Amino acid sequence: MNSEHIVGASVPRKEGWDKVTGRAQYIDDLSLPGMLYGATVRSRVPRGKIKKITFGPGIPWDEFVIVSAKDIAGKNCIALIADDQPCLADGVVNHPEEPILLLAHSNQHILPKAVEAVAIEYEPLPALFTIEESERLYNVIWGVDNTFKRYLVEKGDVDSVWKDADFIVEGEYTTGAQEQLYIENNGVIASFDPIGGLTLWGSLQCPYYVHKALIKLCGLPENKVRIVQTETGGAFGGKEEYPSMIGGHAALLAMKAGRPVKIIYDRMEDMVATTKRHPSRTRHRTAVSREGKILGGEIEFVVDGGAYTTLSPVVLSRGTIHAGGPYYWPSIRIRGKAMATNTPPHGAFRGFGAPQSLFAMERHMDRIAATVGLSPIEIRKRNFLKTGQTTATEQTIQEPIDLEKLLDRGLELSDYRAKKERFRGENQSATCKKGIGIAAFLHGSGFTGSGERYLASVVGVEGRADGRVRVLVSSTEFGQGTKTVLCQIAAETLGIRYEDVEIAQPDTDGVPNSGPTVASRTVMVVGKLVQSAAKGIAQTLITAGLLRDRYSPEEFRFACAQYVKRYSQLKCLVQYEAPPNIYWDDEKYRGEAYAAYSWAIYIAEVSVDLATYSVTVNDFVALQEVGKVLHPVLARGQITGGVAQGIGYTLYEKVIWQNGRMQNGQMTNYIMPTSADLPAIRVYFEELGNVHGAFGAKGIGELPMDGPAPAIVNAIEDALGMPFNSIPLLPEDIFLTLSAHVPPKECRLPQGVR
Amino acid sequence: MNGPRGQCAISLTVNGEAKTIHAYPMERLLDVLRQQLKLTGTKEGCGEGECGACAVLIDGSLVNSCLVPVLQVEGTMVVTIEGLEQNSRLPKLQQVFLDCGGAQCGICTPGMILATHHLLARIPKPSPEEIREFLAGNLCRCTGYAQICEAVSKAAQPEVAR
Repeated sequence: MNSEHIVGASVPRKEGWDKVTGRAQYIDDLSLPGMLYGATVRSRVPRGKIKKITFGPGIPWDEFVIVSAKDIAGKNCIALIADDQPCLADGVVNHPEEPILLLAHSNQHILPKAVEAVAIEYEPLPALFTIEESERLYNVIWGVDNTFKRYLVEKGDVDSVWKDADFIVEGEYTTGAQEQLYIENNGVIASFDPIGGLTLWGSLQCPYYVHKALIKLCGLPENKVRIVQTETGGAFGGKEEYPSMIGGHAALLAMKAGRPVKIIYDRMEDMVATTKRHPSRTRHRTAVSREGKILGGEIEFVVDGGAYTTLSPVVLSRGTIHAGGPYYWPSIRIRGKAMATNTPPHGAFRGFGAPQSLFAMERHMDRIAATVGLSPIEIRKRNFLKTGQTTATEQTIQEPIDLEKLLDRGLELSDYRAKKERFRGENQSATCKKGIGIAAFLHGSGFTGSGERYLASVVGVEGRADGRVRVLVSSTEFGQGTKTVLCQIAAETLGIRYEDVEIAQPDTDGVPNSGPTVASRTVMVVGKLVQSAAKGIAQTLITAGLLRDRYSPEEFRFACAQYVKRYSQLKCLVQYEAPPNIYWDDEKYRGEAYAAYSWAIYIAEVSVDLATYSVTVNDFVALQEVGKVLHPVLARGQITGGVAQGIGYTLYEKVIWQNGRMQNGQMTNYIMPTSADLPAIRVYFEELGNVHGAFGAKGIGELPMDGPAPAIVNAIEDALGMPFNSIPLLPEDIFLTLSAHVPPKECRLPQGVR
Repeated sequence: MNGPRGQCAISLTVNGEAKTIHAYPMERLLDVLRQQLKLTGTKEGCGEGECGACAVLIDGSLVNSCLVPVLQVEGTMVVTIEGLEQNSRLPKLQQVFLDCGGAQCGICTPGMILATHHLLARIPKPSPEEIREFLAGNLCRCTGYAQICEAVSKAAQPEVAR
């Protein structure tokens, strides 16, 4: 066996060289002979009946392939959870930018003019744009009460705690939409022939989601639909469900045209028409003792799902379960609901509901601290979940996590206490006020509750004729390092060289369904299956007498090649089995919500310039316990990248809505952080290990998205002595809040401003 | 003049090779590079000069090729990521980007490497602040820039830059 460990080492990224030389082939870098280009005609109203479609003058319409809902051979829906979202609007539209018609032509430059020349007359219907409008039921736009899904989590007897409470602390917290803003826009190429069927190449996260959707949409048998992931230039959840839509569109055009069709969105189409993070509103009512102990509480967590169900029930589920944070609640009642509005459906985005409800929880903890008269440190320490205690869903924490210790380490790394003291003194006279804030949080790894059991993922490892091995998964690489880490796991398990392991391109014709690449599940769940499958390969070689129990990488390679030569195939497939004694009640929402949690303490230091009202993050400490770190460079990259997105979410990225449509769908007016806007994010890991993941790993991808917003806003409150309970928090928002609070004579504009 | 009406012939040097191309004068340099010359290492991110994914060097200056009408490159020397590969320094630059984790999804990487090359040509030993300021025209959504900035610092060290 190898003496040096591959797991835990920062080995070269499998596809790295292609990326740094520009040779990596993304979807827009590919083309097929005879290929047409596709474009989408979209709704210009938030809700209405389509009365008339006119193809205007000046366009050679007979040269175009035109697809409408009438051309759909299967069912006109995007199959996901509910089948309520049409692939193309048929008679009615329910949000701006809803697809109505598809056009294809060999000249891509004529397409925008053609889209513009299609005139659609609507009979407008009343529309709803906010959670509140949807709740008030002015109009019913979905189902009977505009509600996609509700959850109720109940633990203990909350109703009995209020009478004994020394303090009852209430708060309302809201978060805005956020665009994923992967640098590569959505894009696909579809090709169809009546015998071979349909093949779709695309920038996507979940090949088998698209597979399922296209079978239903196109009315084709399972074996006539093939989905291939091409190199994907960022996704962050934004390419979880949406590729079924753009993929469906290209497929419909290709089937009608009899020629391959490519659709690539430009930036504005991608921003205004595709999914974003769900806006949310969270209300807390908490009973607290004089000593600062939480006695119980009620939390209402509401998300704006947009016009169709899509993934909102699952986003809501994760947000609801995470709403109580990393604290022990003797009793709690959490109500969650996802409301319909006439905006494009909100969807998956790193964190998946948890950043929203954790923002509320961690802001509320600072409010509780202020009410009780304790420090933000002390209030957290008195309420942290401990090993052996139960969560809101009554899951007993088995891991030996010590959050007090983790917090102490975070305080030390950030020099919290000294800075807090210093800022208090300096802020008296400073026009640039400084503050420091804490967020403590957790993130569940893998699908929620019985999700992994339903997925029943399958993973394969196969031996090759040259004695190398290949990992077979539908898990996709889009920057996180999926390819690299899964190959590390296989190599370490087999005791062979990392270079002797490769990974197949995700292709539904060539790899088993290892589930979607979402929910921080790849390393923990899929990795563990890769480990099992690799063990199976070694065992097969040992049983066949080709390998001894102890072997060198060379001996393995020789034995593997021999086996393939002799029996033509060496392959081991394994399927997920739920760990024993894992219990989850889908009805009562009770039990083991996640096989493991990752834990974190984030501490942000900010300065707020009272001349410009801009906030700068000066220092950011991200300390987390994520189990075994399999690849230090990649793991750190996940944290710095997630924190950067979190800083954007808090301070820069604001979607401006008008009648359900995003008004700032450009990188010029929707601002994400540049290198000059961010501090050097300091990343630290604790490694406790975890029995469920490969080599003790837990989920890491989404965790860093949860903490920045509350840590930063807590720091802003520390700096200004005034609470802010909504994000994003741009300079104008801070200005407005401050002007509303400060008596007029003291609200002076900076010199020179009129 | 060849090609459809309205097109013009444009002579330039691309990655050290003299070329004459036929294109509409207002076609974006980005499209001509990607579609006509098959140099797909130059990426489109935003199409409006914000993200830097389409960055190329024109006569040594770092330019977003989505904002350049092809007519403007007549007589110039254009270098793309594919051409930079021929440069002796680049393998080191690529290697440090790989080692430091400076590339995740990879779509911003060609532009980021061109920007880095340009920075180091101007300022051989940039400070961390200079790196952050200089790369602010190249957006990366994956890394939070920390590992990119480290890669640039490392590339500027003498043993790497040699």
